[in-house]
Amino acid sequence: MSAGPLEGVEPAAEGAVEVTVCPRGPMLLRGATSVQDGEGRAHPVTRPVVAVCVCGKTQREPWCDGTHKVLRTP
Amino acid sequence: MRLPVERGPVSAAVVAALAEGTDADDRALVTLLDRRPEDHDTVLDDDLQLALWVLYELHYRGFDGVDDAREWDPDLLRLRAALESRFELDLRTRTRADVVAASDAAAEVFEQVEALVERIDGPSLARFVQRAATHEQFLELMMARSLYHLKESDPTSFTLPRVDGPAKVALAELQYDEYGGGRPDRLHAGLFAEALRGCGLDASYGAYLDLTPAHTLAVNNAMSMFGLHRRLRGASLGHLGAFEMTSSLPCRRYAQGIRRLGLPEVVAEYYDEHVEADAVHEQVALRDICGRLVADEPALHEDVLFGAATCLRLEEVSATETLGHWRAGRSALVGVEHREAM
Repeated sequence: MSAGPLEGVEPAAEGAVEVTVCPRGPMLLRGATSVQDGEGRAHPVTRPVVAVCVCGKTQREPWCDGTHKVLRTP
Repeated sequence: MRLPVERGPVSAAVVAALAEGTDADDRALVTLLDRRPEDHDTVLDDDLQLALWVLYELHYRGFDGVDDAREWDPDLLRLRAALESRFELDLRTRTRADVVAASDAAAEVFEQVEALVERIDGPSLARFVQRAATHEQFLELMMARSLYHLKESDPTSFTLPRVDGPAKVALAELQYDEYGGGRPDRLHAGLFAEALRGCGLDASYGAYLDLTPAHTLAVNNAMSMFGLHRRLRGASLGHLGAFEMTSSLPCRRYAQGIRRLGLPEVVAEYYDEHVEADAVHEQVALRDICGRLVADEPALHEDVLFGAATCLRLEEVSATETLGHWRAGRSALVGVEHREAM
């Protein structure tokens, strides 16, 4: 069998959390089961990938709600 | 669902052929279509959009009493192709300058779609709902949108077997979330059905087809056309990217409008879910799906932008038409008489 379409893609270790930082956007987490907000409350992860707020202006902490898009960029 | 009421000779012929189990005279119908001028506005053409919507529906859930085999009826497919070529030409013409401007604005797909969103800045239905819509107007929006949201994400699923590698993996991840992430009670189409019931509306599939205006049918038809043609897989995923990019913030406004109107919490919850889900999906759709698709198949780059621009331009028409009707004190739905309460 020839090399498949995923050639060159590193497999994630079993149970590892993969973090992707989006430029001018949120941080994506894959493989997380729970995220703690700034006040120590744990929020269970209920979707395959979640976006965690990085700009600090979200109204749905700890999750991104798109607010970063309406912030003025310096 | 039941077959709809016709809106002109083409949709009448399609509905009759399906209802009676007879052949459609596709040649005669194409001749009829040819009488429309070349720069004809297909998006506001009720007859064309309804005929196309009915033909596409044969690929989804079908109609009561209609043989499932009609999905691959050659006469109907020939007619569908004739309708599609007119619709696609219209969409390409509407978006040509947008695609060029986006290509010039940046190199990466994400920034290019951002440039499109900035450029195609039509009126905002979400802002109107947030601040001013009446209860009745909001229900009209729910009825019109139910056509799509009761099969939410289904058109894009047709694209899944047509792409490969990382773009496919990311699309499957996004669709898995749309389809409830393994929990039937979180299926997005199911959440919308709950929201409809919360508004006191009929949540059965296709219940409001006869009231749905041409421009909303066109929004649905563009997604089906892109999904059902492998040739248009780039446009399908570009459409998805623009849709997700313009969902999160508007959904927050919708949720605020729903709470302002005092509707049940289950209605606002559908929009709350989309604030959160689509903030994720925007990143996945544009970076992982469209970005990887274009990296793997550079020839699809322009079509990704075409799909994105189509999503935004059709939404602009739909919002303009809907708000135009409401501001004139009329219903935005088809065949609904003027109501004094509005």
